[in-house]
This record gives sequence, structure tokens and C-alpha cells, in this order.
Amino acid sequence: MLKKMNHPLWFITPYVVLFVTFIIIPVILAIALSFTYFNTIQTPEFIGLRNYIELLTKDETFMQYVLPNTIKFAFIVGPVGYMMSFVLAWMLAQIPHKPRTVLAIVLYSPSMTAGIAMGVVWTIVFSGDSTGYLNSLLLDMQIINEPIQFLTSPDYLMNIMILVSLWGSMGVGFLAMLAGILNIDQSLYEAAYVDGLRNRWQEIFYITIPAMKPQMLFGAVMAVVGTFTVGAIGVQLSGANPTPQYAGQLLVNHIEDFGFIRYLMGYASAISVVLLLMIYSISKVTWSLLKDRG
Amino acid sequence: MAKFQGMKINPTRYHRSQIKFYLVLLPMALFVSLPIIFIINHAFKPTNELFAFPPRFFVRVPTLTNFTDLFRLASDSGIPFSRYLFNSVLVTSIGVFLSVLFTSAAAYGLSKLKFKGKKALFEINTLALMFVPIAVMIPRYITIARVGLIDSYLVLILPLIAMPVGLFLVKQFIDQTPDELIESAKIDGASEMEIFLKIIVPIVSPALATVGILSFQLLWNDIGASTLYINDDSMKTLAFYFSTLGARTGNTVAGQGIMAAASLISFVPNIVIFIFLQGKVMNTMAHSGIK
Repeated sequence: MLKKMNHPLWFITPYVVLFVTFIIIPVILAIALSFTYFNTIQTPEFIGLRNYIELLTKDETFMQYVLPNTIKFAFIVGPVGYMMSFVLAWMLAQIPHKPRTVLAIVLYSPSMTAGIAMGVVWTIVFSGDSTGYLNSLLLDMQIINEPIQFLTSPDYLMNIMILVSLWGSMGVGFLAMLAGILNIDQSLYEAAYVDGLRNRWQEIFYITIPAMKPQMLFGAVMAVVGTFTVGAIGVQLSGANPTPQYAGQLLVNHIEDFGFIRYLMGYASAISVVLLLMIYSISKVTWSLLKDRG
Repeated sequence: MAKFQGMKINPTRYHRSQIKFYLVLLPMALFVSLPIIFIINHAFKPTNELFAFPPRFFVRVPTLTNFTDLFRLASDSGIPFSRYLFNSVLVTSIGVFLSVLFTSAAAYGLSKLKFKGKKALFEINTLALMFVPIAVMIPRYITIARVGLIDSYLVLILPLIAMPVGLFLVKQFIDQTPDELIESAKIDGASEMEIFLKIIVPIVSPALATVGILSFQLLWNDIGASTLYINDDSMKTLAFYFSTLGARTGNTVAGQGIMAAASLISFVPNIVIFIFLQGKVMNTMAHSGIK
């Protein structure tokens, strides 16, 4: 049997079948459904661009909360998480192998918990009564007089979501950048210093980053994707969808709200398409920003 | 040495000049590990310490009560804990195996074989690196319902097997292996599949370990499939059961101890596997760049 397996189809078919079924078809279906009215019971009815028009003009929650929230969340968690990953990876590259390995594992470990499993920690830390760790600490230090409802208060929820997401942002991209920095040819640095490189800042910008640009790009894509994947965290923390006064409502939660709670699948699909387009364009912009440098 | 400061990258031993990096790295490491240390402590706290006011971070008299409560809670609801565990182990082990096999085979095809549409396929896959599964949960649900996978073990496995990141990493890694190796094996009469299994797989084992880890994390931590595609409670996974604990225990203080125990059980396999394979992961990541 093995003796005769030469055709490329033997190799690519299993992957391609699953890839098409669970990634490509759903994306195409999302685009198709976004032009219909579909309540899961009747057959989808074609309504043109109405979902998109409604989303942009009539959906007040979307314009007032969901979109600004998503933009705020993405523009803080994405870039800050990415820079943190790079800076920490760079610093790790400056210390010997053994402590580096231990610290890298520690820094990477939160991303393994995938937010969900650790939801319980954050609910205990930020718990709204005086048994919450943060409340108890702040009360003790007499910074506040009565406990703050961190997770159900619109004023705090978003910031807590950002903090929790940043906590888990040292993921695959971080490992890739660390490996990238460690693999840069040492002679590049020597040559550059002979040519008049003066300090470590110049070294980072003229040698390190250009030499590991492929890993920087990979890390950037992972940062963008990671940012949009952890979106469910607001619902997780506050225990409700919609989140209190829509304070932590992101695009992902809006999709779930309309799709699985209100059963407006066509409308939810239109939101999905908007989300995919957002991720795609942000990745492209990041990509071209990084490509131009160096 | 002082002249070539770049030589400080990847140093072999400790030097005074590294102190400033430790001053940043150690507090960072402490900060990110606090929640994990907390979970470990909380999971072993007896009831009176869970209720202690003001709350204490470290456990004083560790007990296993939270764990036994966790097991009992499952049995009370009609499905023994071992059933969830069995489902998770089954789904994760089959899923990881298939994911590694399919991904590496496809990566070999994309890297070393010639066929029509090869370049397009790789580009679509690179584009799919940006794919966020939860964005298309609804059409995915419809597709899965159409294919008739609802309420089967397969639905817990199949949707998570094709990982664009995995294919990408293994393909970049296989690109590094010299063509001469393959050519000489062909002269000896080996088929492509034999070359793949006997020559390529051993060489790219670091990349396969990486795909294995990523796939393990995906499958072991997945809640979505159990929530959306499975109605029969006895087929759901451990991660799903853990995610329902909040509602089951009514978010009580005693429940927090049980949930901490659950978090610990789901976290430990992830970290243990990563610690064992981290060297291989780093080796793979060196080739991870998007060119």
C-alpha cells in the first residue's frame, strides 16, 4: 500500500477536506447569509444589503457601544500586547539559557489557560463584595470606603477586560519572536558595530528588528487574531450577555446575541462579515507598516 | 567583548550587566504567575479558609476536599466525573494524532511535491492564519448540522483538526530539509509516502511536537463544540463540565474552591506538556516567519 502512494492527493486531501468544510465553507456561507433574512425556521429570504444598512444606520447598540468598544479594546490590547511580547522576548534573549527557559515558560503559561479556565480567578479577585481580593486590599489600605462592583460596573469592566487580555497575550507570537531574536547571526552585530553602530537602541532598530522581520510579521498576525478571539471575555467576567449596559460588548458578543439569543442569523452573519473584514484590514495595515521599516 | 554589545544576545553565563533585565523580567513573571499561584492555593483550601475574612492568599492547611466535592458534584448530576474525563481524553488524543498526521502530510505536499494550485493553496492557508473561528460560529453550526455531525464524537474532533497555523509552521520547517535527501531515497525506490513517513517525519519532529501542543490546547480547552453541537450530556467534555460549575454551585464561596480545583485540573496537562516539549517548540518557531 505505502509503496504506491505517490500522488499529491494522498497528502493534501485529508487536510483540505477539513479545511474547506470547517473554514472555507462557513466563511462563504457567512457572506451569503449576510444578504438574507434567516430566522432558522423558514428558508433564508434574499434581502440585498438591508442587514448592512440596518447595522450601520439603525443598530444603536452597535454604533454606540459595540463598535467603539471593539475599536478601543483592539487598539489597546493588540499593539500593547505585541510590544510587550517583543520587549520581553528581547530581554529574555539577553540572559543565559536556563533562567531564560524558566521565565519564558512562566510568561507563556497564561496564554495556555485560554482565559476561560481562569475565569474563576478573575471573578474572585475582582469580586464585588468585600471578600473580593482587590476590594479587600483597597479597603484595608483605606483607599476606598466601600467595595466597588468591578465586574458589573460599566466603568470598570472594559479596563478589567483589557488587563486580563494583556495578561494572556504572550502566546505563540511571543515564542516566535523570542526564537527569531536568538537566531540572528552574531556576525551581523559585529559587522554593524565595526561600521559605527553606537548603542543598543540603534542595534535594535537597525539590526535586530530587520533581521527577524518574518517573525515580527508572524507575531503581528497572531497578535491581531488573538485580540479578536478573546472577545468573549466580557461575557465570561460579568456573567451576562449583553454585558451590563453594553460596557464590555464586543463584536463577537454581538454576533452571539443576535445569532443564538435572538435567532436573527442573517443579521448575525452580516456582523460576522464585518468582523472578518476588520481583522483582515487591520492585519494588512500592520503588515504594510512593518514591511516598510528597515 | 565590551565593544561588540550585540554579543550580549544569548549569553552563556551571568554577567552584572544583565541585572537590569532581571529587574524587569522577574516582577513581570511574578505578576503573570500570581493568578496561577492563586488557583493552586485556592484549590487546596478547606472551607473555613475559603470563607476567611479578610481573604488570605496562601493556603494554611491544604486538603483535597475541593477535589472530592468536584467529583461528587458530577455524580450527583447523573454523569460521573470519569465519563467527562474519558470523553476529553478520547477526543483530545484522537484529535491531536489526526491533526499532526494530516497537517504534516499536507505540509509535505505543499513543500516538496508538485501539483496544480499548490501556490494558491498555501496562500489561502496563510490568509486563513487570520481566521477567527468564533466569528463564523453561526454558518459553522449550519454546515455541521447539514453534514449530520450533531451529537457525534466526531463533531468534537473534526472542526478543530485543520489548523492553518500548524500547516504554516510545519511547511516552513520542511522547506529547510535538503531535496538531496528525498532524491536519494527515490533512487532507492521509495515512494513519496515512504519518504514522508520514514525520512521527513523524524527530521521535522520538533515542528510536529509544536502542532501537537497547539492542537492539544485547542481540543483540551474547547467548550464551544460541547455547548453548540452536542445535546447528550454524557458525550460532553471535561472543559464543558468545568464551564458549567459556576451555575451548578450558584457562585457560592464554597463553589469557588471547587472551581479552582477544576481550573487546576484543566491547566496542569497544558503546562506539563509544554514544559516537556518547549525546546522543540522554540526550534520550530525559529522558522515561523512570514516571508
